[in-house]
Amino acid sequence: MNIVYVLWLRQLKRYLRSRSRIVGALGQPLLFLVALGFGFGPIFQRAGQGNYLQFLAPGVIAMTILFTSIFSGIELIWDRQFGFLKETLVAPVPRLTIMIGRTLGGATVAMLQGLLVFGFCALAGFRASGLGAWPAALAFMALIALTFTALGTAIASVLQDFQGFQLVMNFLVMPIFFLSGALFPLAHVPRALAIVAGLDPLAYGVDGLRSALIGVAHFGATTDLAVLASLSAIFLALGSYLFSRIQL
Amino acid sequence: MIRVQDLTKTFGRLTAVDGISFTVEEGEIFAFLGPNGAGKTTTIKMLTTLLTPTRGKVEIDGLDPTVQRNEVRKRFGIVFQDPSLDEELTAYENMDIHGAFYRVPRKLRAQRIEKLLRLFELWERRDDPVKRFSGGMRRRLEIARGLLHTPRILFLDEPTLGLDPQTRNQLWTQVAQLNAEERVTVFLTTHYMEEAERVARRIAIIDHGRIVAQGSPQELKQQTGAGTLEQAFLALTGSSIRAEDATAVDRMRGMARMWRRR
Repeated sequence: MNIVYVLWLRQLKRYLRSRSRIVGALGQPLLFLVALGFGFGPIFQRAGQGNYLQFLAPGVIAMTILFTSIFSGIELIWDRQFGFLKETLVAPVPRLTIMIGRTLGGATVAMLQGLLVFGFCALAGFRASGLGAWPAALAFMALIALTFTALGTAIASVLQDFQGFQLVMNFLVMPIFFLSGALFPLAHVPRALAIVAGLDPLAYGVDGLRSALIGVAHFGATTDLAVLASLSAIFLALGSYLFSRIQL
Repeated sequence: MIRVQDLTKTFGRLTAVDGISFTVEEGEIFAFLGPNGAGKTTTIKMLTTLLTPTRGKVEIDGLDPTVQRNEVRKRFGIVFQDPSLDEELTAYENMDIHGAFYRVPRKLRAQRIEKLLRLFELWERRDDPVKRFSGGMRRRLEIARGLLHTPRILFLDEPTLGLDPQTRNQLWTQVAQLNAEERVTVFLTTHYMEEAERVARRIAIIDHGRIVAQGSPQELKQQTGAGTLEQAFLALTGSSIRAEDATAVDRMRGMARMWRRR
């Protein structure tokens, strides 16, 4: 237990100390928020869908958590050859403990980054439906963070080097983001797209966040919670299994 | 302390380590020399529970690393060929986390950390992040960290690679001092023959996965009729340069060198 805490604390310290990384990771979500939020706002309004910024903000928060989580999982590739992970793999500590500490740390960092973007959304004019929205919103953020940190760890456990990273970004992470309904409503989209979105884990995260923050849901909060909770459990198990098989 | 019998490791059709046997006595400094790709690192990985041997027997302090994994892990410290510090953390934090992993009690941990950081002349810099350390300081910190849990054996895999002669000299002096003080057995690999000659009591030369000679530096020179250990090494392993295919790790190693701030 103490070791899980030590590993978790380590990742938090690393996050808080690398200012450039915090700021760097803010660029993309803020661009989406400002360019799309204000750019498409008038059209969205005219289409009778209401305020686009209100709709977009939960999507942008989810996107921030997705990228930060996957990245902290993928970092493992580097870490196991030229970083601290090697030191942990020869220590008299079970692999499962290391994986749990690492994942919790990565997920916490992703959540903090998400909360930071949340703050910027509020500055841009986003208003959550009330204080009661917070517990559910935080729960969904935590689930998104856990799911994708575990997925990142699972992927990184089987990749040999960074050659595969671009592949993962272009054919997995980007589609997960763009097809999740973070940017557009899933109601009335073509059937094929609706099916694909239904298979996208992030779609449930975005939907859950939206239902918590602005009271609009496509799948419904209960479905979102059930799907995300089971997926995070599955990915954690998969990640732990693949992580335990890593050879240096 | 270390007993190896007929140890073999094959990767597919490649035999990296081919039936080697040797013994390292307690308190001894033992050097493992060989050209690139001879099987040094693979052997260390098998001794340190990171790889399972294909065949053969390993005993570390009487224990089997494939079975009593965690017991064996408590008994050794290791400095890898590639860096393994957390650069964002300070020297002290790196030490402290290691202490937590090996369950060194808090009070003892603080004492050991201070003693070792002072010995390796890093105490004044204990609160600086490792990313501001030079290559030599990082190496010293890694060795200090490997010794924190008072291991019986210290494995050093090419610890002086890329360091200047002054730093190398200082590092070996400190290792020799610890070997004398704490009776820690040292198992090292290096490409610098004069280092091996200086610190090691016994040397094994490995080539193509097999041990081609074993003995004290003096014995190896006599055996080959060579004047220096370097000549003896060349006489035993030939002077052709080894062709090695770059693996994924080698490519990343190139990137790591490019990005590392020295």
